[in-house]
Amino acid sequence: MAKSKTRKAPEINASSMADIAFLLLIFFLVTTTMNIDKGILVTLPPYDPNQEETKVDINQRNVLEILVNFKDQLLVEGEPLEITELRTLTKKFVNNNGIDPEMSENPKKAVVSMKNDKSTTYNRYIEVYNEVRAAYNELRDEYAQQQFGRKYDNLTEDQQKTVRDEYPLRLSEAEPEDYGNAKK
Amino acid sequence: MLIRKRGSKELPAISTASLPDIIFILLFFFMVATVMRDTEQKVIVHYPQATELQKLEKKSLVTNIFIGPPNPTYAAKLGDAPRLQLNDTFATKDDLKTFILNERAKLPEALQGKLTVSLKVDKDTKMGIVSEVKSELRRLNALKINYSATPKVK
Repeated sequence: MAKSKTRKAPEINASSMADIAFLLLIFFLVTTTMNIDKGILVTLPPYDPNQEETKVDINQRNVLEILVNFKDQLLVEGEPLEITELRTLTKKFVNNNGIDPEMSENPKKAVVSMKNDKSTTYNRYIEVYNEVRAAYNELRDEYAQQQFGRKYDNLTEDQQKTVRDEYPLRLSEAEPEDYGNAKK
Repeated sequence: MLIRKRGSKELPAISTASLPDIIFILLFFFMVATVMRDTEQKVIVHYPQATELQKLEKKSLVTNIFIGPPNPTYAAKLGDAPRLQLNDTFATKDDLKTFILNERAKLPEALQGKLTVSLKVDKDTKMGIVSEVKSELRRLNALKINYSATPKVK
């Protein structure tokens, strides 16, 4: 008998393997989503029922007042402003260090106050928020560069804290007005 | 010489033996890089654009709240005013309390304070409903908020 020749097992046909794998691949493509949750992280102030009415006593010059009306227009410090100019103005306001009597005494005391209408769109709100954030991030980056020679993101935790203490983002949001609906 | 014989004109078949391996690599990539779709999206959300974005780190600590107009299937019944979606049902802001407390209870004790609420709000939504949700969250002491947005295209 021809033993040695017939012992060899027949090769398994693997040509359908690709199809099976394709099927699995398509299944996963359809049923899953890419994890891309990004956004602006915010910590809200804690709720305190007694505090509602009390007004915090801050020197008016330290407050950058941003109002957004129901037509999505901006009023900053009593004057209409384009959203594109907000970042520069915020930076100038915060980093004033007492030079301009209309602007903040120093970055630590500066407060950004935001107030919008109930009919302001969410888009505009995010834009304003984003610009204020961007202004502070740029200021922090500049300070970090000056002090430590590196960008804020590349600093150690302690160093980041120093920079944050120098430029604390103090943002207060007032309850929205409802002029938009009252007009209709 | 190296000239071949006349008879062997046929091209050799391309070996497809490595094709399954390539597909498997793709498959594993998608299995690792993606997550299962967990809820049905009942409201349409077009995210606003922003530049100062941060990534949400721990997925298990994140809870989603969707606000936007109902999608076409439900729009006929509910109209196109923005609505709140928690998990996969429409809700009102009164349901927020139960929802947040439930979500918080799902986390281990030590991490309960770190619950992050990701607000996925359609960009054309009016601020009224968003503020209501926000003040409700403040009242419930869920203070870590994320305004979901996409990177700005320049």
